[in-house]
Amino acid sequence: MVNEAALRTPPPAVRAGVAASAAEAPAERRVKLRCRDFHFYYGAFHALKGINLAFEEGAVTALIGPSGCGKSTLLRSFNRMHDLYPGTRYEGEVLMEPYGVNIVDRRVDAMAVRMRIGMVFQKPNPFPKSIYENVAYGLRLRGERRRAALDEKVEAALRDAALWDEVKDRLREPGTALSGGQQQRLCIARAMATDPEVILFDEPTSALDPIATAKIEDLVQQLAGRVTVVIVTHNMQQAARVSQHTAFMYLGEVVEFGETGQIFTAPRIQQTQDYITGRFG
Amino acid sequence: MLEGIPARQRAKERAIEGLLFLAGVSSILVTTAIAAILIYESSAFFREVSVVEFLTDTMWTPLFAEPRYGILPLLAGTVLSASVGLLVAIPLGLTIAIYLSEFASERMRETVKPVLELLAGIPTVVFGYFALFLVTPLLQRTVLPDLPGFNVLSAGIVIGIMIVPYVSSLAEDAMRAVPMSLREGSFAMGANRVETALKVVVPAAFSGIAAACILAASRAVGETMVVAIAAGQQPNLTLDPTQPAATITAYIVQVSLGDLPHASIGYQSIFAAGLTLFVLTLLFNLAGHALRRRFREIYE
Repeated sequence: MVNEAALRTPPPAVRAGVAASAAEAPAERRVKLRCRDFHFYYGAFHALKGINLAFEEGAVTALIGPSGCGKSTLLRSFNRMHDLYPGTRYEGEVLMEPYGVNIVDRRVDAMAVRMRIGMVFQKPNPFPKSIYENVAYGLRLRGERRRAALDEKVEAALRDAALWDEVKDRLREPGTALSGGQQQRLCIARAMATDPEVILFDEPTSALDPIATAKIEDLVQQLAGRVTVVIVTHNMQQAARVSQHTAFMYLGEVVEFGETGQIFTAPRIQQTQDYITGRFG
Repeated sequence: MLEGIPARQRAKERAIEGLLFLAGVSSILVTTAIAAILIYESSAFFREVSVVEFLTDTMWTPLFAEPRYGILPLLAGTVLSASVGLLVAIPLGLTIAIYLSEFASERMRETVKPVLELLAGIPTVVFGYFALFLVTPLLQRTVLPDLPGFNVLSAGIVIGIMIVPYVSSLAEDAMRAVPMSLREGSFAMGANRVETALKVVVPAAFSGIAAACILAASRAVGETMVVAIAAGQQPNLTLDPTQPAATITAYIVQVSLGDLPHASIGYQSIFAAGLTLFVLTLLFNLAGHALRRRFREIYE
């Protein structure tokens, strides 16, 4: 089932909808991304084995698990990053709501998916451009030419990323001249500038010091309610601090998925218990 | 007391260090020696001919009965042929580099690269005849019927084709060295391959691409056989590429092949011309260095 046209229509005003749904009972909360028996292969290697998960709209969902468990692979499936590498294969469904489009179907334009699902990477990767042009990059790709509109959106995105006050007088300086933590916030601003519906964070603080990490975590929490966030992290305190839902993955499968508080205080499965208490991983 | 490194091992260590130092220094020595000889030999020339005359006279006829020693016609020929060459090589080379680095499959790249590098292995004399007997007649028959048999245009075009591998190979290396994470960042923003290549990869590889172009420029300026064969050997102060002209290198090869007595001013003029060429390429390299520093992007 391909409904590419649905992805091309302008996004609905999600924010109002999210605010309303937050008060509703958990069962009625709206889902943004839904994995249904999703498999992923690197060549012959079966990396994800039948993932079934629902990511709530406007919430932060953390993916945790030991190295090699497939959490980054799952995250990178959502914006079709694997398309860049030969020999990779998706099977099953990842539905993006409210469109009902299977975004891992190769017939769906990966660029249309990425226009709606932003990503922040493990290591800050600002482009070799000025701070301003880094943030304006996605807007320009989307055809924005008007100076005033660009200025306004760049400022708004930098404010969202709590970076505006630090860089407002040096917008023409290269993004690479910033500190590591600032670079990562610049990358968040870059992702936010285009108003994505979902933002994927792939271990966004693993290359940062504790102070820079705290700032990024604050930002992730502030994003909740405005966009749907999926965050991969190795740091379990981080998952506990920023997320509402947590999925524990192991060997390409989801072992346990639930409210973050429940996962960290009363896991139902022994393996989850062992991992969060540091007995393995 | 701490036990030190045994004396024998320390001696060996120092010997290796010394050898490495000598290897490093030898390249500097050779360059300095060449520069020194050029300056020494041309100083004899400049005792006869003033620097002002050398740089401003518009005629270069050192072997005539009434010799004139103005380097400008040779310089013009050199700059002109190199410019034509770069106009061909830079667009072509960069397009190939972008294709190979960002679009071609692994197999395609592995096939095309060695073929391109083969181009750099063809003797330049072959390229010279290629310009004279193929490119010039082709131009005469198609777009420029009045083109003289010897002209800078054909020579420049062929120089351009010849140095394409320098541009493409180095520029491709520079682009391939751009970390994958930058490309992923661009794709994740919704960019397509062309946008990613032109807006992220090329700027990120700018210092390497500039270095590739500068090296190609040095190479074009120093090219000898193609111009000696196909451009005619008449020093001619013109910026019209459809005219015959001589370059500095073509003059040097022309005169060194003759039987001039060693102490004659004609012989010494070779060194003056060589010194000019040396300074020219040195300037290019310094410019390349400055560009690299100015635009270098720092990646961990």
